Amino acid sequence: MNRISQKKGGTRMLLQANEAIARGALEAGVIFAAGYPGNPSSEIIETLAKASRDLPIYVEWSVNEKVALEAATGASFAGCRAICSMKQNGVNVVSDFLTNLSLSGTKGGLVLVSCDDPGGISSTNEEDARAFAPLSDIPLLEPSSPQEALDMARWAFDLSETINNIVMIRSVSRLSHSRSDVQVKDLPDFDVQPYFDTKVSFHTFPIVAKHQARHEKLRMAEELFENSPFNFYRGPSRPELLVIGSGCAVDYAIDAIEIMSLWERVGVLKLGTTWPLPRKLLLENLQKSESILFVEDVDPFIETNVKALAAEAARQVGVKTFHGRGSGDFPLCGELGPSHLLEFFGNYFDLDWKDQEFRNKMGSLTKGKIPPREFGFCPGCPHRGSFYAIKTALAWDDRDGFVSGDIGCYTMGIWPTGFNQVKSVHAMGSGSGIACGYGKLEGFGFDQPVITVCGDSTFFHATIPALVNARFNNADILLVVLDNSATAMTGFQPHPGTGKTAMGQPTQPVDIAALCESMGLEVHVGDPYEMKETARRLYDLMQKQGPRVMVLRRKCALVQGREGGFPYDMHVDQSLCVGEECGCGRYCTRIFRCPGLIWDKEKKKAMIDQVICVGCGICAEICPQGAIKKEAKG
Amino acid sequence: MELNVIITGVGGQGNVLASQVLGNAAVYKGFHVSIGETFGLSQRGGAVMSHVRLFKEPRYSPLIPPNRAHIVVGLEPLETLRIAQDHANPETLFIVNSRPIYPLNVIAGDVDYPDTAWIRQVLEQGGSRLYWLEGTQLAIELGGPIMLNMVMLGALCAIQSFPLETKDIKDILGEIFPQSKLEVNYRALDMGEELISNYEN
Ligand code: SF4
Ligand code: SF4
Repeated sequence: MNRISQKKGGTRMLLQANEAIARGALEAGVIFAAGYPGNPSSEIIETLAKASRDLPIYVEWSVNEKVALEAATGASFAGCRAICSMKQNGVNVVSDFLTNLSLSGTKGGLVLVSCDDPGGISSTNEEDARAFAPLSDIPLLEPSSPQEALDMARWAFDLSETINNIVMIRSVSRLSHSRSDVQVKDLPDFDVQPYFDTKVSFHTFPIVAKHQARHEKLRMAEELFENSPFNFYRGPSRPELLVIGSGCAVDYAIDAIEIMSLWERVGVLKLGTTWPLPRKLLLENLQKSESILFVEDVDPFIETNVKALAAEAARQVGVKTFHGRGSGDFPLCGELGPSHLLEFFGNYFDLDWKDQEFRNKMGSLTKGKIPPREFGFCPGCPHRGSFYAIKTALAWDDRDGFVSGDIGCYTMGIWPTGFNQVKSVHAMGSGSGIACGYGKLEGFGFDQPVITVCGDSTFFHATIPALVNARFNNADILLVVLDNSATAMTGFQPHPGTGKTAMGQPTQPVDIAALCESMGLEVHVGDPYEMKETARRLYDLMQKQGPRVMVLRRKCALVQGREGGFPYDMHVDQSLCVGEECGCGRYCTRIFRCPGLIWDKEKKKAMIDQVICVGCGICAEICPQGAIKKEAKG
Repeated sequence: MELNVIITGVGGQGNVLASQVLGNAAVYKGFHVSIGETFGLSQRGGAVMSHVRLFKEPRYSPLIPPNRAHIVVGLEPLETLRIAQDHANPETLFIVNSRPIYPLNVIAGDVDYPDTAWIRQVLEQGGSRLYWLEGTQLAIELGGPIMLNMVMLGALCAIQSFPLETKDIKDILGEIFPQSKLEVNYRALDMGEELISNYEN
């Protein structure tokens, strides 16, 4: 049995913060969960989906974040507790609904979890989604440890029901993907009877009155926040420096204080409730010190708001010196880490914080000899074949064509692994939307061919409206759907095309090719492993006009690896390989860049890395000498 | 008490699973544990690093402060070298698998993979002790390169200053692997342990 669905509380278990959020929601009696996969948030819904095997709850991967929140809201309106999770970009997608929903209010406890990705470790942007809390006037909670993630998730539903509005929890990659020992409580009975009370309604009219009511709800939340256990002060009564912050950054501060033995000199006000700010609590603490340091990811959110508060209350709290991202003491962008804190304290208190001697020694030993590790498609990845075919077709055409990209593993088409074919990437579905623009420029003399790509999950999420637009306005776009039967980038979650739901139930798959055909588009289906054939067909399609679609179907290599593996044993016949002489020098390894096909430094020939190669066989096609050999596995 | 262990390697080497196994075993042993993981794009062959921290008191920072790793378990030599300057110190103990996984830019000939003998030498000079192990070879003999993470955990458990034993790891493996996979993972742990106890320098 899954630990997350363990009925009894009291035990201590190692949980990832995302799992802890899921457990907290279950302890609160959530029966409805919806989301769209996205690093670093995916494990919340995945964990709940697993728990749904043991518990009477409903969990879905929705087609996109907006629909996810809308579905969860339906459950809330019917009196059930519901949770909805996503990454920061998802909050952008839901924002139109969110700013309206927070006017209408909610019924059953409703919690939105945003997992932000400071540094954009696995994102196309760096964004602080906390800005949506003030924008939509909703309470914001920020956990700083897995235990707190659990406790906050549980409490957030009570808060939501107290103020009848949605509550936002904001995590960050570092926390979401951290694990620590967590104390769990009992699970409730989940015996809810959904009922929509037709005596009430949920809409935004009269607008100004609803807006006022929304502010009143915030005020109630602020009152509760004043005494929340998620905010606490630790340190001396008059510290030389007061640290105010949220999230993991507070833990780094605490670590640094321990390391430098600064508990006599530095105090920490940890905030877990960051919108609205508990003003009384802040004013009380601001009086403790003249010097304030803000630690938070990413934007100076607490910093800016506390500075405004301190200005308002200057007579009461006195004049302060502020430090933080906004004041230029830390970088304004990127993730905060332990060394930022150590360095700040080191400079501030004139203390030594790093083992400079060791660093110098290692630096001089390793000098410049550590090559970076380039990102790339997995061995056997169908995208390598797709981009190779696209590159070939665009080269044959020779009109300086390019690819309008989208979000998924194939975003890496911007890099050498995708032969640098992709020239733009923005939001989900934007590749096709932008292509609609290029597709109407012909009348002005634009004749560069453009191929736009999107994955299967992205197709459902946001590409469909762009395709309808292309049909409607007769735009010349050529969309290649890189259909690998998975939301691969985020961990292989099912989507509308896979025929399986989050809870593992079979469902009627939505057929991408048939859907496109029904819109009156010209549709072709191909195999990315057949690179030459695919290139030839793409070339032909590039010469045509109007909206065209080519679906390239092949399972994600990691999924294929789990489901039966690959057909070939590979080797390079080094007597045939011409090595440095091949196509401006070792063509296969220099250009194709599959991690399984490597360079034998001694013999100066290509060779297969038997530990890495999965045996997809496609590299055999690219060797002009026929030196790369595939044999059916025995 | 604070013990900081880094497990570093390349996506697909089972790094995250290793840290999870270690963390679970430590919690059963009564430790407070905090693990920070850097993955994301790592699944696609990028570098992956897990910070595993054991405490007697609850502490939460998921990242080990600079130069404060007590033990570094390197699943891949270059990745071990990469993190050494920022995370190790003269007292750090390294347990490193000697088998490289070549980055794409090396395969393509843009840059060179440093000589492994040189990596070995640098790590030997950098920390207090280096165990340079033929882990991948052993893993392949056991059934496949993916066994490497358990081999390396076995090696870690053989270290005097590390408070868990292979038995502690074995006790929790049942929660993670299906019954059919247990025996071979037990064996990987034992053989990893032997790599250290029979280590000759
Ligand atoms: S996870 Fe799948 S789709 Fe993504 S790079 Fe790897 S093989 Fe390709
Ligand atoms: S067969 Fe070739 S392309 Fe496929 S994984 Fe092996 S080396 Fe890479």
